[in-house]
Amino acid sequence: MTQSSNNVLDHFNLFREPEYIEMFESKKKNFEFPHPMDKVEETREWTKSWEYREKNFSREALTVNPAKACQPLGAVFVAVGFEKTMPFVHGSQGCVAYYRSHLSRHFKEPSSCVSSSMTEDAAVFGGLNNMIDGLANTYAMYKPKMIAVSTTCMAEVIGDDLNGFITNAKNKGSVPEDYPVPYAHTPAFVGSHITGYDNALRGILSNFWEGKERTPNDKINFIGGFDGYTVGNLREVKRMFDLMGVEHTILADNSEVFDTPADGEFRMYDGGTTLEDTAAALNAKATIAMQQFCSEKTLAYAAEKGQEVAAFNHPVGVAATDKFLMEVSRITGKTIPTELTKERGRLVDAIADSSAHIHGKKFAIYGDPDLTLGLAAFLMELGAEPVHVLSTNGGKEWEAKMNELFESSPFGKGCHAYAGKDLWHMRSLLFTEPVDFLIGNTYGKYLDRDTGTPLIRIGFPVFDRHHHHRRPVWGYQGGMNVLITILDKIFDVMDNTTNIPAKSDYSFDIIR
Amino acid sequence: MSLTVEQVKARNQDLIKEVLEVYPDKTAKRRAKHLNVYEEGKTDCNVKSNIKSIPGVMTIRGCAYAGSKGVVWGPIKDMIHISHGPVGCGQYSWAARRNYYIGTTGIDSFVTMQFTSDFQEKDIVFGGDKKLEKIMDEIEDLFPLNKGITVQSECPIGLIGDDIEAVSKKKSKEFGGKTIVPVRCEGFRGVSQSLGHHIANDAVRDWVFDKSDNKHPEFVGTPYDVAIIGDYNIGGDAWASRILLEEMGLRVIAQWSGDGSIAELENTPKAKLNVLHCYRSMNYISRHMEEKYGIPWVEYNFFGPSKIEASLREIASHFDDKIKEGAEKVIAKYKPMMQAVIDKYKPRLEGKTVMLFVGGLRPRHVIGAYEDLGMEVVGTGYEFGHNDDYQRTTHYVKDGTLIYDDVTGYEFEKFVEKVQPDLVGSGIKEKYVFQKMGVPFRQMHSWDYSGPYHGYDGFAIFARDMDMAINNPVWGLTRAPWAKA
Repeated sequence: MTQSSNNVLDHFNLFREPEYIEMFESKKKNFEFPHPMDKVEETREWTKSWEYREKNFSREALTVNPAKACQPLGAVFVAVGFEKTMPFVHGSQGCVAYYRSHLSRHFKEPSSCVSSSMTEDAAVFGGLNNMIDGLANTYAMYKPKMIAVSTTCMAEVIGDDLNGFITNAKNKGSVPEDYPVPYAHTPAFVGSHITGYDNALRGILSNFWEGKERTPNDKINFIGGFDGYTVGNLREVKRMFDLMGVEHTILADNSEVFDTPADGEFRMYDGGTTLEDTAAALNAKATIAMQQFCSEKTLAYAAEKGQEVAAFNHPVGVAATDKFLMEVSRITGKTIPTELTKERGRLVDAIADSSAHIHGKKFAIYGDPDLTLGLAAFLMELGAEPVHVLSTNGGKEWEAKMNELFESSPFGKGCHAYAGKDLWHMRSLLFTEPVDFLIGNTYGKYLDRDTGTPLIRIGFPVFDRHHHHRRPVWGYQGGMNVLITILDKIFDVMDNTTNIPAKSDYSFDIIR
Repeated sequence: MSLTVEQVKARNQDLIKEVLEVYPDKTAKRRAKHLNVYEEGKTDCNVKSNIKSIPGVMTIRGCAYAGSKGVVWGPIKDMIHISHGPVGCGQYSWAARRNYYIGTTGIDSFVTMQFTSDFQEKDIVFGGDKKLEKIMDEIEDLFPLNKGITVQSECPIGLIGDDIEAVSKKKSKEFGGKTIVPVRCEGFRGVSQSLGHHIANDAVRDWVFDKSDNKHPEFVGTPYDVAIIGDYNIGGDAWASRILLEEMGLRVIAQWSGDGSIAELENTPKAKLNVLHCYRSMNYISRHMEEKYGIPWVEYNFFGPSKIEASLREIASHFDDKIKEGAEKVIAKYKPMMQAVIDKYKPRLEGKTVMLFVGGLRPRHVIGAYEDLGMEVVGTGYEFGHNDDYQRTTHYVKDGTLIYDDVTGYEFEKFVEKVQPDLVGSGIKEKYVFQKMGVPFRQMHSWDYSGPYHGYDGFAIFARDMDMAINNPVWGLTRAPWAKA
């Protein structure tokens, strides 16, 4: 027995004690009927081969370790970005438990959302009664100013008609007649969480904009898209707009609700785009989306209403931020102030200071379509090569854009985009064509472990590192954060591979 | 400050009345049946349970898929579990439950991987059976050391009329009798995770037991063979339990299902006794093995030294003197360490109150562990417990304990606000709500990324963790010094 009250061993060390190790061996040998060790080893080696890679890439039906989630997650993410809005997902209730857990594990924050809790009877008769009762309960209990409805795949498969149901519920007095209940159909078997983001936002805007006369003004609307850094990013964007004197409305501003203080009060709702501003956003002269693939339908809708629209691909770094600010400047007629120019200079300065350590390094990146475009562009700006860029929810258009990006720089030579592939494909890529670093979300740690490619955590979700979402990755300051994150890992790897005394420690430099 | 039992009961009754006021009449009537104050001497908590959650109230519950894939089947390490349907279910449950295991992931073990059929619109329209067949072929090709496949149905499967049973049979035959298990755990079935447990248990019965006669003729039984049933090895719980059973002289031939393997499932009918930890999720298969193979089963509780001691003796009572003596030796061996843990932490925790809301076992099972530390559980409830769980709860709770079944977000927040416990133990969805309110919190599903909590080794960690939650200096900082009281 090694456990003691003075030195409590938990799972990190307890199971490395001899009595446990012996127990594991005996369990395996006597009861698991395992494959022989050499067979396991042989198979493991085989999975590293080109032959395996080709087999792996010829998969047509099976998905293993995808880097995408389903539509309603994006819809919930959007809904909480509006003032006192409760996301209401029509369908099975387990889905809502999953979205809430997923968001809470990333942001380390509460995540409020309700379900219409449909079960077998609703599968047969439809979920109308669930909608009627559900809206009434949510309205009474949580006193939201708006209830934003989306759907799980169950409701979509049985074909529930949201528009009809909501009208019906209003007629039954679940919520007042003029109470906002925007909705969006968000089938999980179409697109991914970014599609859900787009559908839900369009649904909310159309709730406020349809049938209204547009009186153009000089404001602009800003859409962040599905973003694990929404807290830091939206605050940074507001700061930049304020510095420029740009009058703006951030749509789906969830930067407060995902960053509430611990001061003795639980805020189910906090911040968010006011309903008034949401309605008035119709009059904006333009709508700018930071992530094109999260906002295609929403932007088309804004354009249809007569607004100018502009879309970016998650700009990170100097040139991408330049382009973003210049576009904002062009649209609004506001100049870019010295303060931002100075920030730009500081980022350029930092890159100049550090690029020797990044230049020529090979990277693999995976994530949402816009994020991967933004990161790949930044890496090339740093003189690094984004050799493998993979997006499970990226399609042909994304792939074409990525190839165009590769062609725009000598550092893109020999780089490849992999649309619709998953992290098991990435595993083969990392074994057969190794790179120096991998950029991705928390699930990349399995790739790091299997292939020895050090993981730099940028993406969503990040469950196993804390507070990253509080820092922006947009703007020059955001670029600085990304640069530092990448550099820290590079320097850690340098130190960890030069630390054997009398063997490799001549390179264990104190100044780098 | 401290209230008499009668005062506590009156306050709790008022509290229940108060929370019900927020609801529309129909909902208030339904919710009232789930809330109660426990009266000493009663053999039930007198709450309704295992009935449908009410739409729109923010239930904490999950679904049948979560109960099958997430709880029962997912931890079986050498099989590949396909999340069959759209991508989300498998994604959100991917490696989230900390079912520890030992194996080479991706080669001979697959627990922390997400295999999905990633349904697209065409699969909904034309059905997914062909795709499922192809998926199984690809699995055989790319993961040749897998020892079986399960099909974990997501909502659409049962709605579009797919025949996953036929596909499983066909493919099993094609793959030389490989174990392939179709599981009808669509999320809309039943009212919570609970039906998923049941369906998953039945799938073991129908697709493993009934097809595995004599699969391992080389297996030689002993009179001391037991199987651990209903321990998911969260943070290593089953290991910290197994070590005690082995120390007392028993031979653990299977773990269900944490760090479990298909061979262990197949050999379990050869056990002499099934020892059942999570009654809620695995009583079904225990009863089946009793009926079909004549294997008795016994519930046990490995949280905290008092319950562990009683459980070791109870388990030993099913065996001969050798095992009974073994149990006493184990109890004696760990006693000094347990006393040292209690001596260290009890003075820091004595008199502290706890409110719990967990799944189907821990709302009662952990109460003894808190009491070993001098703490008191003043409120508890189950996400998906049944009537028999609430009956068993009466053996644990004190007079006047607030009972809340399938608690809603609103109710839980109000209860905690008024009762002001020193600690809340619940899940990830609740954690940050209460921490914002300044109430110390521990996740009692995942052990808040700590553990194990089972067994003697686990109790030391449990005590340490409760202390670090409650006596965390941060709770003295939540109010700004300049804020008005």
